[in-house]
Amino acid sequence: MEEVKLFGAWPSPYGYRVIWALELKGVKYEYIEEDLSNKSDLLLQYNPIHKKIPVLVHNGKPISESHVILEYIEETWPGNPLLPSLEDPHGRASARFWTKFIDDKALPFAMLLMTDGEELEKAAKEVREILKILEEQGLGEKDFFGGNEIGLADLAMGLIASSFGVIEELAGVKVLNGDEFPGLCNWVKKFKENPAIKKNLPDPDQMFVYYKQKREMLINSRAALSYK
Amino acid sequence: MAQVILLGAWPSPYVYRVIWALKLKGVDYEYVEEDVLNKSDRLLKYNPVHKKVPVLVHAGKPIAESAVILEYIEETWPQNPLLPKDPHERALARFWTKFGEDKNPALFGFFFTEGEQQVKATNERQEQLRILEEQGLGDKKFFGGDEIGMADLEFGWLAWWLEVLSEVAGVKVIEAESFPRLYAWIQRFKEFPTIKETLPDRSAMLTHCKARRARFLALAKS
Repeated sequence: MEEVKLFGAWPSPYGYRVIWALELKGVKYEYIEEDLSNKSDLLLQYNPIHKKIPVLVHNGKPISESHVILEYIEETWPGNPLLPSLEDPHGRASARFWTKFIDDKALPFAMLLMTDGEELEKAAKEVREILKILEEQGLGEKDFFGGNEIGLADLAMGLIASSFGVIEELAGVKVLNGDEFPGLCNWVKKFKENPAIKKNLPDPDQMFVYYKQKREMLINSRAALSYK
Repeated sequence: MAQVILLGAWPSPYVYRVIWALKLKGVDYEYVEEDVLNKSDRLLKYNPVHKKVPVLVHAGKPIAESAVILEYIEETWPQNPLLPKDPHERALARFWTKFGEDKNPALFGFFFTEGEQQVKATNERQEQLRILEEQGLGDKKFFGGDEIGMADLEFGWLAWWLEVLSEVAGVKVIEAESFPRLYAWIQRFKEFPTIKETLPDRSAMLTHCKARRARFLALAKS
């Protein structure tokens, strides 16, 4: 019998990517919520190098790093594929390219949460540029980054559909708007409509409380640092 | 056979990773040297998002980002595989490849600093090398096991570039006494026939790296 465990920490978008992949493929798993301020011995044992979530443990063997986990899930449970077939290596490369793209751009998104004033304006500008590239070159005319169906790149972009709106609200900015980004807004709608995704989205009100607290803490600690 | 073109810039280790992958699999390709300070229309057309090398162009279709290119090469030309068959082993290979991508800047840091900053960068680097030595490589011949794999290509720069950078920066990095396994791996990697034929010329690299370090330090002071 197969044993699949997922160590995550709500509402981490990296954790959610893995949840969505497992749910889309109908893989049964046990979810274990980690307290990142008090990491369990199990987490430290399964991910000794980075000590982070998500970690997937399959029949006792751990895999860490979200995109590595997603490739593992795709190879181990090939039903409902998240990558184009091996007959289309360029399509597969494209999915990996866009996954890496959004992963490399984590900082500007984080800055939206962590800053105010001039720094926030700068972060919003950077995020707008990123969204523009996604709209025009990533998505293009397609419904999903993966084409007609949700794929790996869509899961990587998932934060734009789940937490981004809340972070925008807290920062008092509106970057993702329907006029500038009709494709992306359509993508958000279709992504959230998918039954497996819909059942597994973080609650917006709970996210608001969580990110509000985080934002205040981060802004205060950055202010404190700047006085050194 | 569809044409394979590699856009690169000497002596980028990211480009060399792709060269090694193509050569290890016996794939014929045309190499095109790009001037990264004066980017060609061709590069901008094939990598509009990042405008960087390496870019692989296969049957007219471009693929950018060295890690993505390596996966593409592995899937398109499966001979002499760079990834194991077992899914968990594959995940480990990808994990270490990502570790390299994330930590390479930390490993490079000592080259672009001096004095106290260099000491700090050096300590960080030692920590990451220790992880590589004990957990990444362990008792294996290569990161990939008995054969060169994707993770070996990711760390390949340690086998050649690091030596040159160390000489230029006046810092000893991987020695047999402190990192016996990494040291032994470096010798094996450098001596591997396909790799040996392909390493960039050492004295040309010394000149190049000396100039780069001087530029960086001058910029830091200004």
